[in-house]
Amino acid sequence: MNHRRRVLGWFARRPSASGYALLAPGLIWLVVFFLAPIGLMLAYSAMKRGLYGGVEPGFTLEHYRRFFDPLYLDILFRTVMWSLVCTVLCLVIGYPVAFLIARAGRWRQWLLFLVVLPFWTSFLVRMFAMIFLLRDTGFINGLLLRLGLITEPLELLYTPGAVMLGLVYGFLPLMILPIYASLEKLDDALLEAAEVLGARPWARFNRVIFPLSLPGVVAGSLLTFIPALGSFVTSDLLGGAKQVMIGNLIQNQFTVARNWPFGSAAAFVLMGVVLAAVVGYLRRRDAGNLPA
Amino acid sequence: MSGPAVQLRNIVKRFGAALAVDRVSVDIQPGEFFSLLGPSGCGKTTTLRLIAGFESADAGDILITGERVNDRRPYERGVGMVFQSYALFPHLSVARNVAFGLEQRRVPKAEMPARVSRALQLVRLDPATYGERMPAQLSGGQRQRVALARALVLEPRILLLDEPLGALDLKLRKEMQLELKALNRTLGITFIYVTHDQEEALTMSDRIAVMDSGRIAQLGTPADVYENPRTAFVASFIGGSNFLSGQADSLGDRRWRLVGRHGTFVVRAEPEVVVRGGTEVRIAIRPEWMDLFPTDQVPAGENAVPGTVQEVIYLGETIHVLVALDPGEVVTVALRNEGQLIKPVPWVRGSRVAVAWLPEDCQVLEPDT
Repeated sequence: MNHRRRVLGWFARRPSASGYALLAPGLIWLVVFFLAPIGLMLAYSAMKRGLYGGVEPGFTLEHYRRFFDPLYLDILFRTVMWSLVCTVLCLVIGYPVAFLIARAGRWRQWLLFLVVLPFWTSFLVRMFAMIFLLRDTGFINGLLLRLGLITEPLELLYTPGAVMLGLVYGFLPLMILPIYASLEKLDDALLEAAEVLGARPWARFNRVIFPLSLPGVVAGSLLTFIPALGSFVTSDLLGGAKQVMIGNLIQNQFTVARNWPFGSAAAFVLMGVVLAAVVGYLRRRDAGNLPA
Repeated sequence: MSGPAVQLRNIVKRFGAALAVDRVSVDIQPGEFFSLLGPSGCGKTTTLRLIAGFESADAGDILITGERVNDRRPYERGVGMVFQSYALFPHLSVARNVAFGLEQRRVPKAEMPARVSRALQLVRLDPATYGERMPAQLSGGQRQRVALARALVLEPRILLLDEPLGALDLKLRKEMQLELKALNRTLGITFIYVTHDQEEALTMSDRIAVMDSGRIAQLGTPADVYENPRTAFVASFIGGSNFLSGQADSLGDRRWRLVGRHGTFVVRAEPEVVVRGGTEVRIAIRPEWMDLFPTDQVPAGENAVPGTVQEVIYLGETIHVLVALDPGEVVTVALRNEGQLIKPVPWVRGSRVAVAWLPEDCQVLEPDT
C-alpha cells in the first residue's frame, strides 16, 4: 500500500514521466521486434553470402546489383502489375458491396459479420480451399463435367487467373471495411441537400458520395496493394512454379537457395518500391492534385 | 401567381405504428412567412419533409401552386431547403457549394460566377473573402449563410427551413431572425419555417401553426395564438400561462360566472367556446395580464383570488411574483419593472396579496384533443 502510494506520488510529480511509462511497452516491442530485425536485414543485404545460409563478414553491394538483372526486374514488374490489377478488382467489387452494406439498415451488422468471417480461418486454409475449387477434379470442373458443358477438365489451377482469384478473394475484406467506414459516416442530409438542389442519383454518387468516400478508397487500396506486393502463399499454392511473384523469390532465397543477403536485398528493393509509391501519392495529395 | 403557394389536404404520415402527421390541412399563401411550431416529435419536421418530397404521404394531397406534387421528386417541386445541420458539402468550397445547384440545373457556365456572387451578397457574405474557403473554415453563422445562399441561388418559389438557427448562440440567432424576415419580404419567396422556439416563431411569422401529436392544435397570426390560445397545450407552449377552472353559468351578453375551488370569477367568452369547453371550464390567464393588490384593495369589477407570495424573481424587464393561492396552486404574476431602486415592488415572501385580473383578460380553453 505504502509502496504503491510512493510510486504514484513519484509519477504525480513528474507529469511527462507518465507519458513515457505508457509509451514504453509499445516502444520496446517495436524496437525489439521491428526495428532490430530490419536493421539486421539491412546489414545482411550488404554482406557476403554464407555457404550454408547465413552471412559472412564483409561489405558488398553485389546483391543489389544482381537484383537489377532483367530476370528479377521482370518479376518485380509483374508483381507490381498484378498487385495493381488486384487492387483495382478489389475496388470494383468491394465498393458496391461496402455501399450496399452502409445502406442496409438493420442487416448491416450481419453483412459486416459475413465480410469479416473469412478472417476466422487462416489465410493458408482459405488458399487450400481455392485449390479444391479449382483443380481438375475440383468442384467447378466436376460440376461442369456433370452438366455436360465440357468433356475435358478446364485448366484452372496453376494459372495467372487462379493467382489473381486467390489474391482478390484474400484481400477483398481489407478493401470493403475502410470504404464501408467512410460511407457509414456520410450524413444523409448531404444527399437530401444534393437532391433538392437538382442532383439525380448518378450525380449524387459522383459529386457527393464518391468524393466523400475517397479516404476509405485510399485506405482500402493501400491495405490491398501493399500485402499483395509481398504475398507469396497465394502464388505458390495457386500459381505453381510458373507464376513467381517477388514474395516467392525472397522466400526462396531464405529457404531453398540459402542466399540470405540476396533475399534481404530483394526485400529492401520491394520496401523501397512501396515507400516510393506511398510517399509519391502523399506528395501529390498534399500538393492538392488528389483528394483526401 | 394566384391561389395558395402550398396546400396540404388531409395529410397523413405513419412511421410503422406511430402516426407522425395526422390529417393536417393548411393553405400557405405566396410570400407568407409560415411557421410550424411545436415540441420535438409533434410532426413539424415530418410535415416539412413531406412538402420537400423526402417523405411520401400515406394519404392526402400536397399541392404546390395548385399542382399536385405527391409523386414528384424534390428537385421537381421548385422548393429550396435549409437544413438544421446546414448540410454543406465538406469537400467543396463556399463558391462551389453555392454553384452546386446551378451546375445540376445546367445553368450556362458563364452565368454562374455572377449568380453565385449575388447569392452570397444576399446573405451578406463577401464573395471575394469567403468564396474560396472550405466549410470547415467557417463559423456556424457563416455556414448557415452559405446554406441559405445555396438554396436561394436557384430562386425557388418556396424556401423550407428546418430549425436553421438551432445551433447558433442567442445574439446571432436574434440577428439572423431579422435577416430572414427581411429576405422573406424583399425576395417575395414563401418561407415555411420549422422551429420549437416559440419566441422565434412569434418574431418572424405571418402565421403560426402550433402542432401537437401530429395535428395542428391552432393556426393563426402570432397575436392570435398568443392572445387567444384555444387549448391548454397552446397556452402553455407559447409563453407561460396560469390555469384555473370552474363550472360556467351564463350571465348574458357573453359574460359567464365560473364557480370553482378558487372562488367565483366572471369571464367573457363566446357561447360556443364555453360549450366546447365542457362542464368544468378551464381558463388561461397570461402572467402579464394579472396584477397584485393588497387583499382589501381589489378594484371593483376585477376577479380576485387571495394567496401568499412565495417568491419574487428579478428578471430585468419584468418581475415575476410566484403566489401560492389559498386552495394550493401556484400562479406566476409578471409585473413591469419600474425600477426596483426607485419604485420597488411592495411584495416580499410571505406577503398576503390578491391576484386580480379583468374578465376580458383571460381565455376560455377547449379540451386538448
